[in-house]
Amino acid sequence: MSGKQEVIIRIAGSAGDGIASVGDVLSKLASRSGLGVCAYNSYQSVIRGGFVWLQIRISNNKVFNHGDNPDILIPLNQSEYERHKDSVLPGGYIIYNEDKVKVSNKREDVNYIPLSMRALAPQEAKQPVMQNMLLLGAAVKILNLDKSILDDIIRKSFGKKGEEIANANINVINAGYNNVSTVSDFNLVKQDKKYYVITGNYSVAVGATLAGCKFYSAYPMTPASSILHWFVANAKKYGIVVKQAEDEIAAINIAIGAGFAGARAMTGTSGGGFSLMTEAIGSAGMTETPVVIINSMRGGPSTGLPTKTEQGDLFQALGASQGEYPKAILAPKDPVSAFYMIAEAFNLAERYQIPVIFLIDFLLSNGYYGIQSDELDPSKIKIDRGEILEHVNGDGYLRYKVTETGVSPRVLPGTKGVYYVAATDEHDEDGVLISDIYTDEAKRKKMMDKRMRKMNYIVKDFPLPVVEGDSNSDVTLLGWGSTYGVIREVKELLQKEGIKVNHVHVEYIYPVNKEIADILSKSKKLISIENNYTSQYTKLLRMETGFEVQNKIVKYDGEPFTPLYLLKEVKRYL
Amino acid sequence: MATVDIKKFQVNLNPTWCPGCGDYGLLRGLQTALAKLDLDPSEIVIVSGIGCSSNLPHFIKAYGYHSLHGRALPTAQGIKMVNPRLTVIAAGGDGDGYGIGVGHLVHACRRNVDITYIVMDNQIYGLTTGQTSPTSDVGSKTKTSPDGNYEYPLNPILVAISSGATFVARTFSSEPEHMSDIIVKAIQHKGFALIDDISPCVTYNKKNTYQWFKERIYKLEDIGHDPYDINQAIQRATEWEDKIPIGIFYINPDKPSYDQLDPVIREGGMFAKPELTEDEKKEILNQFL
Repeated sequence: MSGKQEVIIRIAGSAGDGIASVGDVLSKLASRSGLGVCAYNSYQSVIRGGFVWLQIRISNNKVFNHGDNPDILIPLNQSEYERHKDSVLPGGYIIYNEDKVKVSNKREDVNYIPLSMRALAPQEAKQPVMQNMLLLGAAVKILNLDKSILDDIIRKSFGKKGEEIANANINVINAGYNNVSTVSDFNLVKQDKKYYVITGNYSVAVGATLAGCKFYSAYPMTPASSILHWFVANAKKYGIVVKQAEDEIAAINIAIGAGFAGARAMTGTSGGGFSLMTEAIGSAGMTETPVVIINSMRGGPSTGLPTKTEQGDLFQALGASQGEYPKAILAPKDPVSAFYMIAEAFNLAERYQIPVIFLIDFLLSNGYYGIQSDELDPSKIKIDRGEILEHVNGDGYLRYKVTETGVSPRVLPGTKGVYYVAATDEHDEDGVLISDIYTDEAKRKKMMDKRMRKMNYIVKDFPLPVVEGDSNSDVTLLGWGSTYGVIREVKELLQKEGIKVNHVHVEYIYPVNKEIADILSKSKKLISIENNYTSQYTKLLRMETGFEVQNKIVKYDGEPFTPLYLLKEVKRYL
Repeated sequence: MATVDIKKFQVNLNPTWCPGCGDYGLLRGLQTALAKLDLDPSEIVIVSGIGCSSNLPHFIKAYGYHSLHGRALPTAQGIKMVNPRLTVIAAGGDGDGYGIGVGHLVHACRRNVDITYIVMDNQIYGLTTGQTSPTSDVGSKTKTSPDGNYEYPLNPILVAISSGATFVARTFSSEPEHMSDIIVKAIQHKGFALIDDISPCVTYNKKNTYQWFKERIYKLEDIGHDPYDINQAIQRATEWEDKIPIGIFYINPDKPSYDQLDPVIREGGMFAKPELTEDEKKEILNQFL
């Protein structure tokens, strides 16, 4: 195949310019054409104005990240043209509305595609806000993509009621499409592959639903809010109780109530809300109530960077709540992992009757990923609800019975003939408080040991990270969470240069499986990559295993790693 | 009282309260009400926060969740939302419900979830040995107001009515029969019910004693109060220092409860659709095509 096998398109403008809708339509067009796609929306927490750009990468193969500099830039106003014009790759294109964007000092190595809304847009679609569709039409022509699929997407998105608006949009798109004569060398070939376009947040919500989640509560907070939106939209159909709570303290405590009553219960937030939840997370550990808490991390501390990405909350998750209690922390590497791992989060929560913290971040939460349909297989989601007794003979039942694994079979409220109190105070096996009994060290120690013993078993349920690439390599790249896609690409770029490199990506974060240190200690040159300031995972690893990672790459400027940036950083260590 | 048998709600555990504490009266009144309603202990969940009175669930034979300080209401709502078949009663003190947890109270009232919330109001922090509470009277001398309290107290009855609660009442721990009748009505009421129970602290509150209340208390039903009239309710709710009304201040029978309005809770909460069908599992991802 000759010509370019992939393209990166960047659309830049202000909030309210309709950038997201272009991204949405392009993602769908790519996936319906059987092409790989990944999109990242670098938006700001504003409804109108600000500087916003969306980058979308489309390829004949599956794409794992949104790439570096664009082949095609679509600036929607003058300032965004100025901001991004130098980033366009040589041989690339700048498609713009010449009524709005004035170009001087043209670059020799870039193709300029000026279009005039005033001259080209049909009468019914002259509104300036529709320039995005005009420019989209031109981009689709340059990319040699199938416009009939695009028309179909537009019609479907506006529905039967919106036929008039759909036609107006299609007419503007046509105006753009028909007024470009440039012949490009993009060779994106329509393929017979079925892709879903899904964000990490949606993937988590769907996976949870398939895992039998029956309760979700949240207080709106970027970047977690779209999980709440999905649940609200789908609650009735799938029988899920969804509650927008008055604050995050309520959200977690309502979820704990739901978990106690026997529902698979989950709550979701970002770092600030997670801070408010921490006392209650510890209480779930104490009352041995299963609950799943999603923290979609954004730049911190404090209000921080509300619409930017960071992996800065690992230690917060680790230290959530006063005292010591058993818990698990999971961090999926991509939407496919998130889909299956959220089910595992529920299984761990119920099997061990613990809070499970699910760490994702802005990048994974709100990035759009093209996922081949067979990668998300509902039949592979298995549900393990742990030990729940349905019939018990009265008085002999001990809710917090001391067992070898530390797990005491549950009885759900409503079960006949039994009663007990689950208490956040320290209590004995029968649930009766021992918190204020003078010097009963023996009982306290017994109950602490019982709960903490679960940790030994949780870690045994954790799969070890896979070593991708030759285990006998000169360089090992270590990451966790959402950096998977970019590290994977950098590994491939290095391999093309003849460097022997492999990639270890950790998803089951805590409790730490000490064998991870054994795997890593085999590497000749180990480089960790984290989207935070203090390289938190390597600290955790050293704390738990004594193993120290010598070479650390960190990034805490709010933006995710991109392949060429990371490649350069890695090479500094080679 | 002799007509009902409260044994099935009693446990073999002595309360941790001081002799003479008003919470004993509430415990007895609540057990009596549950017996009058002829409920099965396994159908009841009693949820509390933290404080002397929040130890209540341990002294009643029923399921219990002894949650964090101030968090009884969210926990109770979560239980009710997923299993609306259960009778859910939240309980605690004035510090728990009107101080640290007051945000949840306002929202529980307006949400009108079908639970009963009993606040054992002693106008003092007892468990932490006698600090000013949100309902301490102006002038009350406590550990944290040695010269007399100069913060105005919160009026829980007015807060509840103005926040949209559909059943608002006050009881007195020395009037267990009157109290149990009101608790019965509160539990039967479909919607959020607040009962502010005057529960004197004999150890730390030297002002608002049993005697102090007995000199001032009268029953709303004795003066022909109409609880369906919100203006009358608000008027009566403002009475305190000279005359203190007990009884049902306000009932709004017209506002549907949250459980009746929510499409999933209405169908049984977590029992509405215990499992997805194979077709639903197959189709769930199609929205992303």
